[in-house]
Amino acid sequence: MTEAISVSGLVKAYGPTRALDGLDLTVRTGEVHGFLGPNGAGKSTTIRVLLGLLRADAGTTRLLGGDPWKDAVTLHRRLAYVPGDVTLWPTLSGGEVIDLLGRLRGGLNPTRRADLLERFELDPRKKGRAYSKGNRQKVALIAALASDVELLILDEPTSGLDPLMEAVFQECVQEERVQGRTVLLSSHILAEVEALCDRVSIIRNGKTVETGTLTELRHLTRTSISAELASAPNGLAALPGVHDLKVEGLRVHFDVDTDQLDAVLRQLTQAGVRSLASHPPTLEQLFLRHYESESTDAVMSR
Amino acid sequence: MSSGFVGTGALVRLGLRRDRIMLPAWIAGVVVLAVGSAAAAADLYPTVESRVSAATAANNTTALLALYGRVYDPTSLGGISMVKTGGIGAVLIALLSIIVVVRHTRAEEESGRLELVGATVVGRYAALTAALIIAVATNVVLALLTAVSIAGAGLPTAGSYAFGAAWGGVGIAFAAIAAVTAQLSSTARGATSLGSIVLGVVYVLRAVGDTAGPDGPSWMSWLSPIGWGQQFRPYAGDRWWVLLITFAFAVVVIGGAYALVERRDVGAGLIADRLGPATAPAGLRSPFALAWRLQRGSLFGWLAAFAGLGLVLGNIAGNVGGFVDSPSAREMVAKLGGQQGLTDAFISAEMGIMGFVAAIYGIQAALRLRGEEAGQRAEPLLVASVSRTRWVMSHLVVALGGSALLLVAAGLTAGLSHGAQSGDMGRFGPVFVTAVLQLPAVWVLTGIVVLAFGAAPRLVVAGWVALVVFLMLGQLGPLLELDQWAMDLSPFTHIPRFPVGDVDPVPLVWLVLIAVALVAAGLVAFRRRDITT
Repeated sequence: MTEAISVSGLVKAYGPTRALDGLDLTVRTGEVHGFLGPNGAGKSTTIRVLLGLLRADAGTTRLLGGDPWKDAVTLHRRLAYVPGDVTLWPTLSGGEVIDLLGRLRGGLNPTRRADLLERFELDPRKKGRAYSKGNRQKVALIAALASDVELLILDEPTSGLDPLMEAVFQECVQEERVQGRTVLLSSHILAEVEALCDRVSIIRNGKTVETGTLTELRHLTRTSISAELASAPNGLAALPGVHDLKVEGLRVHFDVDTDQLDAVLRQLTQAGVRSLASHPPTLEQLFLRHYESESTDAVMSR
Repeated sequence: MSSGFVGTGALVRLGLRRDRIMLPAWIAGVVVLAVGSAAAAADLYPTVESRVSAATAANNTTALLALYGRVYDPTSLGGISMVKTGGIGAVLIALLSIIVVVRHTRAEEESGRLELVGATVVGRYAALTAALIIAVATNVVLALLTAVSIAGAGLPTAGSYAFGAAWGGVGIAFAAIAAVTAQLSSTARGATSLGSIVLGVVYVLRAVGDTAGPDGPSWMSWLSPIGWGQQFRPYAGDRWWVLLITFAFAVVVIGGAYALVERRDVGAGLIADRLGPATAPAGLRSPFALAWRLQRGSLFGWLAAFAGLGLVLGNIAGNVGGFVDSPSAREMVAKLGGQQGLTDAFISAEMGIMGFVAAIYGIQAALRLRGEEAGQRAEPLLVASVSRTRWVMSHLVVALGGSALLLVAAGLTAGLSHGAQSGDMGRFGPVFVTAVLQLPAVWVLTGIVVLAFGAAPRLVVAGWVALVVFLMLGQLGPLLELDQWAMDLSPFTHIPRFPVGDVDPVPLVWLVLIAVALVAAGLVAFRRRDITT
């Protein structure tokens, strides 16, 4: 089996609002898959459907070869989940929660548990109500990472962690990848996604708008070019794929769709190039373009 | 100092917005209770003689004195007709005040919402002040509505205003008490429990005072806010000056609450948290083990209370017959419970009340399901290979088994103390059986909660609504001479009046089957729905 998660045409409606509107998602076995989208895009709803907590209204969902709603109990032995906002039982200590959740899932690795407690610098004796937000996240992370499971579903797992702990988290996920585990990681932290993810899916308004490796996604966007030419540029503005052209005498600045680079460069060399600087799109630009609100979209397409 | 109150007005408006259903519903419920008793009074006690004989009988019955208090003017219509309602209503109003104050102070703080609000321009004392304003205003409205309604139903006007004011005073006293308990405990549950324990203690204090003979500790009634409500003596002198004691008490206690707010951090209680174990005990490996861990503390507290109540009831049951000598007195006691055999009628009636109280336990233990779900503490279990049925059953075992334990405990202590007091240990069996017989009706209420939880999780208050309806049917139905079909709606109507009559197992079996059907329907619905918050 090569797909740990396959979702197609997933629909989940709350009354008249459609939280998920035909969402597709494929996570291959053994990969770390980034799950991105603006707030309210439907990331958590998708994850809760995958966990069998919500019932899908339409579409097909397969998780580890089973149906996440019908086979919930057996599937859950093979996965672990960390929500973005962990709530603990106020009177149970962190250590008790880690052990309880591990045992329910069929046991956890005591060496790994001790190792993780040390690396995340968590005091397991504190009561649930005494932990800060970041420490509650650590409790859930340790419970998940110390379990011997095939699939980790992490929904903004590092919210509230300090940068040092963020680094520990990234190390741990890298180790999971080496072990051959599959990870679905919903995150807003672009550096985290860039460092960890093999492939990403970007969703907006309950639909998948982009899926692929980061390299593939970069191809879909624009490169910024600044050049100093030997003679005045001719016909640059008329070329397809050129945007935001600014001409200052012999200097030009513009963005170009990456698949139109060839034609544009040919045009530049005809005019004679004295200097040239090009910048590939940053991840930020990539995401911001996809995160832009629907209203901006609507205005642009008019 | 004055900046500490900034934002109080906004919080009052927010609180009233949140309580716009709950407060009117509670107020309406209590007022209906009062009007029901007032309206029935003229028919029940048409003549002065009928009142005097009923009041004398009640005043000579230790158990009734302990439960409801004394009738201070046997000739007045208001005195005899409102004595029972006055006691029950005072408890309901005290609970309402505790809930309102804790809900807007400690509960908000525990959930972190107060922090969100507190970071805006809101003073340190604003939340407590807003909660107290809401609670006091609620009690004033309740007092006025009660007074106007029962006067309208035919009771003397001056006494009716005194009656309303006495109730309002009890409510305000308990708002003050809750203001303190909300500072002491770091959880809303703890603050409410602490307030309820105080309520239980002061109810017992006045029971001891009211039952004391001329040389006994009758002054103990004066140690109790509930006692002050009764010493107000509506319809028997209307001693308005007693209200000053209540107000003085409230001012001092509220002052204490503000002093406590000054001394502690947001989120903390005065009782500091200790560290827990670094690893879970070997037994903590199933959803049931967790449910037991979460609920056992509360169950132990309830068990102690039931055992204690059983002890008291068993002990006073034997005295009931001795004090009553007139035929009309017997009729009075019969109206308050059974048909014949005063001790048996008393045991039957009081165990019926214990059944209601056990149902309160069953409801709140089953409501833990919704609390855990809404608090997002069900999710970690449900995604850790625990089936939905298994998770529901884990808390349900505590609710059903716990309520059974409560009645067994009360039956044991009541049977033993009654046997010892009467010198006939053969009495143990009937008393014990009477207690345990209540269980099927208790389970039906738990079943209603499970059904609501599964089918309409936002409407789980249905359990409480059902309890109040059944309570009113049971307490007021005979007085209002309701039709039998209406009385039959309450599961408690179908519990055999043992030891007065025989035990007919058929209705008991039906009640258990209904409880099972309710639970099964709730489970089926829960397995088909989304987990919501």
